[in-house]
Amino acid sequence: MGTVAVEGLRKSFGKVQALDGVTLDVPDGSFFVVLGPSGAGKTTTLRAIAGLEKLDAGSVHLDGRDATGDPPAARDLAMVFQSYALYPRLTAYENIASPLRARRSSSSEIAAAVERMSSLLHIERLLQRRPSQMSGGEMQRVALARALVRRPRAFLMDEPLTNLDLKLRVEMRTELTRIHRSLGGTFVYVTNDQVEALSMADQVAVIKEGKVQQVGTPTEVYERPANQWVAGFVGSPPISLLACRAEGDRLIGEGWTLPRPRWTTAEDGRPLMLGLRAEDLSVEQRGDASLPGELYGLEPLGDRTVVDVRVGTEILKVKARPSVTGTPGERLHVTVDLDRAHLFDAGTGLALSEAGR
Amino acid sequence: MAVSVDEAVATGPARDRTPSARRLGGRGRSVLEVVLLTVLAVVMLFPVLWMIETSIKENRDVYAIPAKFFNFTVTMDHFKDVFVAPGGGRSALSVAFLNSVLVAGVSTALATVLGVPAAWAYSRFSVKAKKDQLFFILSTRFMPPVVVVIPIFLMYRQVGLIDSKLGLILIYAAFNVPFTIWMMKGFVDEVPAEYEDAAMLDGYTRMQAFWRFTLPLLLPGIAATAVFALIFSWNEFVFAIFLTSSDGVRTAPPAIAGLIGGTTVDWGLVAAASLVFALPVLIFAYLVRKHLVAGVTLGAVRR
Ligand SMILES: Nc1ncnc2c1ncn2[C@@H]1O[C@H](COP(=O)(O)OP(=O)(O)O)[C@@H](O)[C@H]1O
Ligand SMILES: [Mg+2]
Repeated sequence: MGTVAVEGLRKSFGKVQALDGVTLDVPDGSFFVVLGPSGAGKTTTLRAIAGLEKLDAGSVHLDGRDATGDPPAARDLAMVFQSYALYPRLTAYENIASPLRARRSSSSEIAAAVERMSSLLHIERLLQRRPSQMSGGEMQRVALARALVRRPRAFLMDEPLTNLDLKLRVEMRTELTRIHRSLGGTFVYVTNDQVEALSMADQVAVIKEGKVQQVGTPTEVYERPANQWVAGFVGSPPISLLACRAEGDRLIGEGWTLPRPRWTTAEDGRPLMLGLRAEDLSVEQRGDASLPGELYGLEPLGDRTVVDVRVGTEILKVKARPSVTGTPGERLHVTVDLDRAHLFDAGTGLALSEAGR
Repeated sequence: MAVSVDEAVATGPARDRTPSARRLGGRGRSVLEVVLLTVLAVVMLFPVLWMIETSIKENRDVYAIPAKFFNFTVTMDHFKDVFVAPGGGRSALSVAFLNSVLVAGVSTALATVLGVPAAWAYSRFSVKAKKDQLFFILSTRFMPPVVVVIPIFLMYRQVGLIDSKLGLILIYAAFNVPFTIWMMKGFVDEVPAEYEDAAMLDGYTRMQAFWRFTLPLLLPGIAATAVFALIFSWNEFVFAIFLTSSDGVRTAPPAIAGLIGGTTVDWGLVAAASLVFALPVLIFAYLVRKHLVAGVTLGAVRR
């Protein structure tokens, strides 16, 4: 068993409301990602689960039992810190052994467990080194080994890959998913990298300013963002947003009009935001739902090119084949896949009911 | 020493000469430096040298005019007199030295044992009105001892701590605890709290986490702080002379001062006693000099 449930977590640091009613339900054995920008309250959430932060309000349940007041040692959790927090005077071996020593395992058990971890994470040759003699990537592996060496209720991981260079980060992503699959166990994984979240998670909770914006599978969060902010935060290049309003069976924006998607329920005249993802737009074929604009710039990314198109005063990001060409200022039309478009209330930012999609 | 040399170069009349000296190249500059250093060293060290000389001169050479620099008979009698009473047995001075060792050592240990955990708590926990508390703690050091010695004298007389080693130990500890808290808080702040957090997740209690993972990292800071506390207690004069009177209780500073003031002063004995008094602190500071430097520069702990 290893469920983690937090409810109504509130925590302020002076004037900063770090957590403003965070509620999460982490199912047993899942890879649960908490995604949010820097300062969103991700670390504070993890520390609250671990018992390292005194809460203003809210409760933490572990395996269904109220653990809100329990000291960290009694919670049976393991954590990878954003800064790794490896003990500077101990070797990698002793760092990894520490959770077992604290729980008075025998030295033969410890030796076996450390060996298992070091081969799993390919750190055999680091075992006698101290943290000051390791690179960031090596420290990160040792920190992971220290967390994984035990079978706690859940593993808490605070942006463990953020400090790595891109190549290592991509490798470790796969590695971690593999480890999760082979070891099992509940992972609560914090990141500010939406690619990491989408590629690794069973479930994603998107948080901002101490409030949970949306919880769902990566597909749900990407395909049906609960609000404009989630839509903008998840996805690369970011979703393009156009101000508009519904008029009869049309959507009217500044200098453009589109057929109104069948599924919208918004009444006429209400200010809306139309959200369009780069891959749902095209400059290469002409459909009946299209926006007039002019070429603003090209961002070749190797496997694809992102075409920036100016429509009215907004810039639209459109995904195109790498072979696409054009000169800035050139007039063109952007074809829209309206079935995949998103509409948000311009006032509240909330997604309009998408029933029937 | 290096600092005072730099200051001499920067502020003395040498300032005008420094650029031309620099033009002479590295060698010219180093000659100037050596000259200045020598002058400064002679000025600074002359009293010490004279004290050493006096301590090994016979008394009639001490008073000789013109003063004898080199051509005197060397004697160790004064050092013997420091430790051995004229009629045999322990001298009053040697008892005073033992008292000093005891009072300085115990009061420093007490201040460290109380101050280090307090500094840790102030660094790690959110305490109500923490800044005010820390300011209050420091404010007890704003006044020089001589300002508070009369009230403390009266209080001590009431509670029977007057003329007792325990009284001195307590007052020195009370003076060193604020210093220890302030100095150690800086060191504890330097050690990331996450080591303790990680240790608690490993399964240690908070106290175990502090004891096993933070404390070892604080040792250089503790050494530096303790040396300063020790030097304060060892050298302290005002409380010692006001609060103690009997030979069995007095520490070395008032005991040595007491040698001066009769009709004839045994300068040889004063010099020898002063040397013996200065030596332990010098040796101690030398032994922990690595930690002292690391501690005073506050860069002791890698982040
Ligand atoms: N110990 C602290 N003292 C003061 N402010 C803090 C502290 N910890 C976090 N905060 C503030 O709380 C907010 C959330 O922080 P954090 O949980 O670390 O965010 P994240 O991990 O998502 O970047 C930030 O505004 C941060 O500055
Ligand atoms: Mg963080």
